[in-house]
Amino acid sequence: MTAKSYVRKVRSGEDRLWRASAPALARLDVELTERCNFACRHCSVGLPAGDRAARAREWPAARWKALLSEAADLGCLVVRLTGGEPALRDDFEDIYVHARRLGLRVMLFTNAALVTPGLARLLADVPPLEAVEVSVYGLTPESSEAATGTPGSFAATRRGLSLLGERGVSFVVKGAVLPPTRGEMDGLEAWAAGLPGLAGPVSWVTLLDLHSRRDAARSAVIAGLRMEAGEFVRLARRGGEAAVDEWREFCGRDGRPRGDRLFSCLPAAASAAVDAYGRLQYCLGLRHPDTVYDLAAGSLREAVTDFLPRLRERRAAGPAYLERCGRCFLKGLCQQCPAKSWAEHGTLDTPVEYFCDVAHAQAVAAGLLERGKKAWTVSDGAARAARRNGA
Amino acid sequence: MTEKIDLNKAYLPSEEVVVREIEGEIVIVPLTSGIGDLEDELLTLNETGRDIWSRLDGARPLAEIVRDLEAGYDAADGLVREDVVGFLQELCDRRMIVAKDRDKD
Ligand code: SF4
Ligand code: SF4
Repeated sequence: MTAKSYVRKVRSGEDRLWRASAPALARLDVELTERCNFACRHCSVGLPAGDRAARAREWPAARWKALLSEAADLGCLVVRLTGGEPALRDDFEDIYVHARRLGLRVMLFTNAALVTPGLARLLADVPPLEAVEVSVYGLTPESSEAATGTPGSFAATRRGLSLLGERGVSFVVKGAVLPPTRGEMDGLEAWAAGLPGLAGPVSWVTLLDLHSRRDAARSAVIAGLRMEAGEFVRLARRGGEAAVDEWREFCGRDGRPRGDRLFSCLPAAASAAVDAYGRLQYCLGLRHPDTVYDLAAGSLREAVTDFLPRLRERRAAGPAYLERCGRCFLKGLCQQCPAKSWAEHGTLDTPVEYFCDVAHAQAVAAGLLERGKKAWTVSDGAARAARRNGA
Repeated sequence: MTEKIDLNKAYLPSEEVVVREIEGEIVIVPLTSGIGDLEDELLTLNETGRDIWSRLDGARPLAEIVRDLEAGYDAADGLVREDVVGFLQELCDRRMIVAKDRDKD
């Protein structure tokens, strides 16, 4: 025995925690409801708050609590409670406290509009251990409500943030770059920096996903809100070249072509997502019927130890995907993945032109590709990717 | 000010933490606020820490636990006691363990 500290501190989410084997499930995403008190035009999920049919189908608290207990037994450390707006559920606090009593860390995604003094007190007394992630859609009532489609939403979110700040609950602000808010990035960052309780820089949703339930009309609206690839690059360069250096770095990490590997997006540690009705998916956006496991007819253990590993083995067969993504060295930059392919095309393996355009624009800005060239046609892709930081 | 570790007292995990055993690791997760600065971080015990922790049953006085551990570790006189007290003081300061209140038995 030596006089050393017997306590190890490990950053949440790091594999370094595990000396023997890692748990079967590290993180669980839980979409408590698809309903939301806001009606954001860019939302890939939200149903109206009063949608009774959706509400009737949602899992009750008892089922969520049983599922969270099962997740903890599998070694899960972090649960993300999201929606829609999770705080819209009357039993939200009950589910939250259950998760925390199991020793789970909770990532809470919210628009903060439904934060009451009671909820703020609960989050202060029994802290989630992860900063609450609050979506803030704009700097003024006009821009904000043009984005949320909901009168009063600006004031409600501000009120929620004040309650969190007063109680010392730490949170981060997530902004979305939308036509009404595009000119407000600097202003919103400056405003957020002065908020008590802010735990980190504003993170931005810049590249919008289409509607994950494949509602064609809603997808068309979202497509109309997307920024051009060139605009994305310009905005990323707002604060200097750090973002571009990072792109080179991402690309350099693994520029080998993925071939017919479909799920190269899967992180090393196992995670899973469950929608409001108890259907398990690899991630919340991946809703292709072949990739969904109904927990009503099985167990979380079986889903994560059998269903998901088999899913991970699935190979791509789409000719355009094999011809392009399969030979492309930009996968470290590109957002193309089975979930995006599903939202966009209803398949798992079709390139998504929007993300393809953005990745190409990034590669040109980073000096990895000549303008007009297609990444899958260059023969020295892996070598280009390996040339980090312009070296 | 937190209390000083007392070899005559018995200690047990506090109700302000959740102690989990995951894949052979003991992970201590705060339940209430103010238990260390653990945002973004997880606290686990190494083997020795675990060996000590597993004996905190709220029944046996710490001096007995130290004697047990001394029998199992090849260490210079007094070192085990010093280590155990130092370690438990750290946990006590973080409100992760509490002394069993005998009056409530
Ligand atoms: S606040 Fe979030 S979940 Fe609600 S409608 Fe807006 S984007 Fe969708
Ligand atoms: S940049 Fe285009 S070809 Fe390359 S991975 Fe993305 S979508 Fe596929």
